Amino acid sequence: MTEKIENEKLLTMYKSMVTIRLFETRVSELFAAGKLPGFIHLYIGEEAVATGVCSQLKSQDYITSTHRGHGHLIAKGGNLNQMMAELYGKRTGYCKGKGGSMHIADVDLGILGANGIVGGGPPIATGAAFGIKYQGGDGVVACFFGDAASNQGTFHEGLNLASVWKLPVIFVCENNLYGISVSQARHQNISDVADRAAAYDIPGVVVDGNDVMAVYEAAGEAIKRARAGKGPSLIECKTYRWRGHFEGDPTPYRPKSEVDAWMKKDPIPRFETALKEMGVITDAGIAAMKKEIGEKVEAAVKFSEESPWPALSEILDDVYTVGPEAV
Amino acid sequence: MRTLTFANALNEALRQEMRRNPKIYIAGEDVGLYGGIYGVTVDLFKEFGEERVKDTPISESAIIGMAVGSSAAGLIPVVEIMFVDFIGVCMDQLLNQAAKMKYMFGGKAKLPMVLRTTEGAGHGAAAQHSQCLEAWFMHVPGLKVVLPSTPYDAKGLLTTAMRDGNPVVFLEHKYLYGTVEGEVPEEQYTIPFGVADVKRQGKDVTVVATMRMVHKALAAAETLAKDGISVEVIDPRTLVPLDEDSIIASVKKTHRLVVVTEEVANAGSSAEIAARVADKAFDYLDAGIKRVTAPFTPVPFSTVLEEEFIPSEAKIITAIHQVLGKAVPA
Repeated sequence: MTEKIENEKLLTMYKSMVTIRLFETRVSELFAAGKLPGFIHLYIGEEAVATGVCSQLKSQDYITSTHRGHGHLIAKGGNLNQMMAELYGKRTGYCKGKGGSMHIADVDLGILGANGIVGGGPPIATGAAFGIKYQGGDGVVACFFGDAASNQGTFHEGLNLASVWKLPVIFVCENNLYGISVSQARHQNISDVADRAAAYDIPGVVVDGNDVMAVYEAAGEAIKRARAGKGPSLIECKTYRWRGHFEGDPTPYRPKSEVDAWMKKDPIPRFETALKEMGVITDAGIAAMKKEIGEKVEAAVKFSEESPWPALSEILDDVYTVGPEAV
Repeated sequence: MRTLTFANALNEALRQEMRRNPKIYIAGEDVGLYGGIYGVTVDLFKEFGEERVKDTPISESAIIGMAVGSSAAGLIPVVEIMFVDFIGVCMDQLLNQAAKMKYMFGGKAKLPMVLRTTEGAGHGAAAQHSQCLEAWFMHVPGLKVVLPSTPYDAKGLLTTAMRDGNPVVFLEHKYLYGTVEGEVPEEQYTIPFGVADVKRQGKDVTVVATMRMVHKALAAAETLAKDGISVEVIDPRTLVPLDEDSIIASVKKTHRLVVVTEEVANAGSSAEIAARVADKAFDYLDAGIKRVTAPFTPVPFSTVLEEEFIPSEAKIITAIHQVLGKAVPA
């Protein structure tokens, strides 16, 4: 650890990870109970990545997320009530029920959206970084994507443009070893996505994506570099998704032994152990925090259940910006 | 009034609005030092510098994505895709990102951006550099689609596009750049979207035409005037929004409609215009609607074949005779 992390920050990071876990576990149950329509892609097991990166971001910094986006949104400060209501398709959701799981966004928090298109984010993140630089700000953009997205042309176009213009963006690859059902060994001829940084002459580092402090440290280095005008970096976080690609995926493509092995590397108890060793939290403190977060998640469910559906007339709203809102 | 070419009118619109609004920047392939492959951005690099006139790598997805991201971050990008045909390599960023963000996000995103691109045949550029694909864009809710035919309209509509606050696809027919010259005010002005322009008044038949076809329709109208046939030529100027009221008002007057576009007919803008008139003004029609379009082929290379591909004045005249129930002159 190159610099000591304040206790308060450590607790915030822990809280973020537990919130993601409990929120998503509840989402999984609600989906199984038929309460949530559409596709749900869960982030359980990968919490350390979003948390480690977003804990380095300021409120005015941007992120672009993915179809597996709940974790990024929570880590960037997303409101649980509005998130859950959006998953229900309710009027009170982040997107007024127009977006659902794959499109939750909060531009005011710098969240430029989850994204239903694999590889949709890198060009947008690059653009937002250009916007920051053009306006003379010191903000950065964190662009999340998976191992499979690194095979999309948009990944390469984004990294190339960001590197040649030295834009303040950090590209965060969450390598969870699968592009839907196809393992990394079957979808690319490299084992480290970070190697691709060499093609753009930018730093490329591999970190243990289940070690939140390692992610935090790597993100900090990349962000410092970006804010200093030295351009983008590529951080590859090795991790694993516990659930299927989507809820309901029977996962015939991976052995149970592999899942079990990764579940033993659960980032949350690992961080708990470290925090207890550092004297930052006690078992009682952990239990209290989990209880509090569990209650918040239940409150979000209740809020969503009780929220109204969108009015049918709203179907036509917000296709275009009109009137005085326009430029 | 002084006259400008179509290309120079566009250049002036960009220059004046960039002077007015520092949030506007230009990016695209060869738009900077080179001045744009057809000269539309010429000398803007000199005036506004590398910070605001960005030569990009040949990376169309990055170009449009950059517009989306920087627009969300507060800028007004005017990006260029050199030929509309290249939209095939980057359509996701337009179709699934730019067009849908505002709606998907419950209205909380605003994406002011202009995507300029060139369309059209006539330069022997063959199948991958000559298409008219306006129907692709007008099929996507969230995009506005603009396609001027004159230097005056080009300047006014491009200025409006930069102030619209939405993703605007601005289509420029490359044949018009140097061949069409017209009066253009020196000061800035805007032309509202969704307002068609009656390019020629007439009473016997309505011809709705876009881009280069407006000029062919006007030539046909001039020819037919000598035979006592009065043709009204309407240029919608924007397809989204479409000024169907003006088109329908004209049809109610003339009772006959010919739609002329350089696109192929299948699911084209001509089909949309014809369908709306059939839906809302069927009882006013004294003849079936005729469309004059390119044949359903890729754009051919050979000069003689390309000429055959592009809708001609003669074909427009034939269609007008047909809707008038007159014998078509041999």
